[in-house]
Amino acid sequence: MAGGTNERRMKSAPKLRTPLPDGLTKQALRDMYYAMVMTRLCDDRAFALNRQGKIPFAATCQGHEAVQVGAAYALKRGTDWLVPYYRDTAMAVAFGVTAKEQLMCLFARKGDIFSSGRQFPNHYSVPDRNIASISSIIAAHVTHAVGMALAFKMRKEPRVTLVSFGEGSTSEGEWHEALNFAGIHKVPCVFLCENNEYAISVPQQLQMAVRNVADRAAGYGIPGVLCDGTDVMATYVTVREAVERARRGEGPTLVEAKCYRAMSHTSDDNQLTYRTNDEIEALKGRDPIPKFEAWLKERGVLDDDAMASLRAKAQAEVDEATDWAEEQAPPTEDDLYTHVYAQGPLA
Amino acid sequence: MAVEVKKQTQFTMVQALRSALFEEMERDENVVCLGEDIGPRGGVFLVTEGLIDRFGKDRVIDTPLAEAGIIGAALGMALRGLKPVAEIQFIDFLYPGFDNLVSEVAKMRYRSAGQFGASMVVRSPYGGGVRGGGYHSQSPEAYYVATPGLKVVVPSNPYDAKGLLISSIRDPDPVVFMEPKKIYRAVKSELPEGPYEVPLGKAAVSRAGKHVSVITFGAMVPVAWEAADKMKADGVEVEVVDMRTLQPYDTDAIMQTVAKTGHVVVLQEAPRIGGYGGEIAAFVAEQAIEYIEGPIMRVAGHDTPFPYALEKAYMPTSDRVCRAIKKTLNF
Repeated sequence: MAGGTNERRMKSAPKLRTPLPDGLTKQALRDMYYAMVMTRLCDDRAFALNRQGKIPFAATCQGHEAVQVGAAYALKRGTDWLVPYYRDTAMAVAFGVTAKEQLMCLFARKGDIFSSGRQFPNHYSVPDRNIASISSIIAAHVTHAVGMALAFKMRKEPRVTLVSFGEGSTSEGEWHEALNFAGIHKVPCVFLCENNEYAISVPQQLQMAVRNVADRAAGYGIPGVLCDGTDVMATYVTVREAVERARRGEGPTLVEAKCYRAMSHTSDDNQLTYRTNDEIEALKGRDPIPKFEAWLKERGVLDDDAMASLRAKAQAEVDEATDWAEEQAPPTEDDLYTHVYAQGPLA
Repeated sequence: MAVEVKKQTQFTMVQALRSALFEEMERDENVVCLGEDIGPRGGVFLVTEGLIDRFGKDRVIDTPLAEAGIIGAALGMALRGLKPVAEIQFIDFLYPGFDNLVSEVAKMRYRSAGQFGASMVVRSPYGGGVRGGGYHSQSPEAYYVATPGLKVVVPSNPYDAKGLLISSIRDPDPVVFMEPKKIYRAVKSELPEGPYEVPLGKAAVSRAGKHVSVITFGAMVPVAWEAADKMKADGVEVEVVDMRTLQPYDTDAIMQTVAKTGHVVVLQEAPRIGGYGGEIAAFVAEQAIEYIEGPIMRVAGHDTPFPYALEKAYMPTSDRVCRAIKKTLNF
């Protein structure tokens, strides 16, 4: 993987022909499938709860499950760090976030472990699972990932950060500043672009004049590589190579995973104002979950019955989490001033 | 050239700040400096001169010219156990990094419900009076003071500068450390040997008086002293209160001085509207009105962008402070 863009040509209907990748046991593959399915169900639940008026807001990662789970499994859990963005539910789930924790953040309960109800959904802060804290400001977090990676390098810790973002983020000045800094200092960081072709309503051709985000890597003296982000194994293999390169001290890589956004930007958006029904219908052929199911069956990892039973287990987990989280208490006004400063409220 | 800081006893503010950085970096290997031109150049005001010779380029990082990148990288470093001290060359240049400072650094602890913090310092020279033009002269403390989660510190003399910077580096929360460049080398003070702390959140009565309180900070402290000297001719004893930390600020010190004098003049070089002085005046009006015997006066810069040729007309002077003092005393 030398400098410059290494474009892997994607077919309209990619076939999963990669061998069982190194480092993935059959149990890991089952867990990956479960993470994708459970996230999908959580996302469906989030939108339903929003439409029922039970939660104020939802943003889903549908269409991104493969890239997120593939990338998360390319990292060492408990060692490497995720610096995700707000559409990374499946990535967080693959790094250990449970349905209960996800539902608690959707309901913004006091016991929400990410922010105690202070943040929008999917704005993670999970130090015990190496997931950084994020805001809603596009691309600001990319600079943090670089600083974290610089700290690993300086303290000689064999860790890697993976920071993810959409293609719209790559227009931001902070994105450029982060990649420039990372290239100069060869920090152990993987930049993962989940290119879903839209930034809310603005399509890629109004976002950039280049065909691929990965082409931008050349400007930072780092490799840029493409993969099919609806193919969990292709993403896993590509990101793993970038992670290993970072861990060897050879510096950052920009990975662009082409995926798609199945739903509106958020519960407050209606994509039919800028996208046709035909376009949205056509996306269904790219759904990463059936693709992965076909691959798992073909390899003999899971048969239909096993998959059905995992889906039922995920559904039960999401249902139970929903009922439980809804019953939990919201924060009270006593919590308003805690954690503004380390010493607690000011006089 | 290695900087010999230990043998001196008389320090300018620049030397005092350098000595704080030097000693904190000696004490704790996680303390790291980063910024533009802070390496061999030693920073444009030479605060970091010699640090790279002692601590090397891994701990004294000449960054790309990108302020958002500096603030964001510093935050990432802080999140993983380093103690970054970022230098922004002039505080006027902090605006490209403003987003990362106010949206990310300031809110890290709150938004993670205390799971993450941002123990880091952003040092930057501020203020006018040096013929710096519109983009090397501003005093933008109000933006940062209005951002819960940040602490804002402004020293007015070499002794405080060293002790406050050391306290800021050791503080668990992010500190915007504003250095009054006009008085970087104006005075020398005697400093004790070795590190010491000046506590954050504590104001100082930098001159005692009983008739009127001038509440100010940074490079305006000497202006307040000059006004105090001039008022002596009229038999007026001026108390000068140096806030030192603008947020969280020392409400006890304000209550004490107001109870003592009953007259308040707030002095700042930033524009008047929306300025820090308005907060102090509002606090006095809300909390200490029973002591007040005249209008709470504000002496400030003008409500204009900072002018180059008209700098002298812009900057608050001791004469303007004296006029405000007389107005409140003769109410």
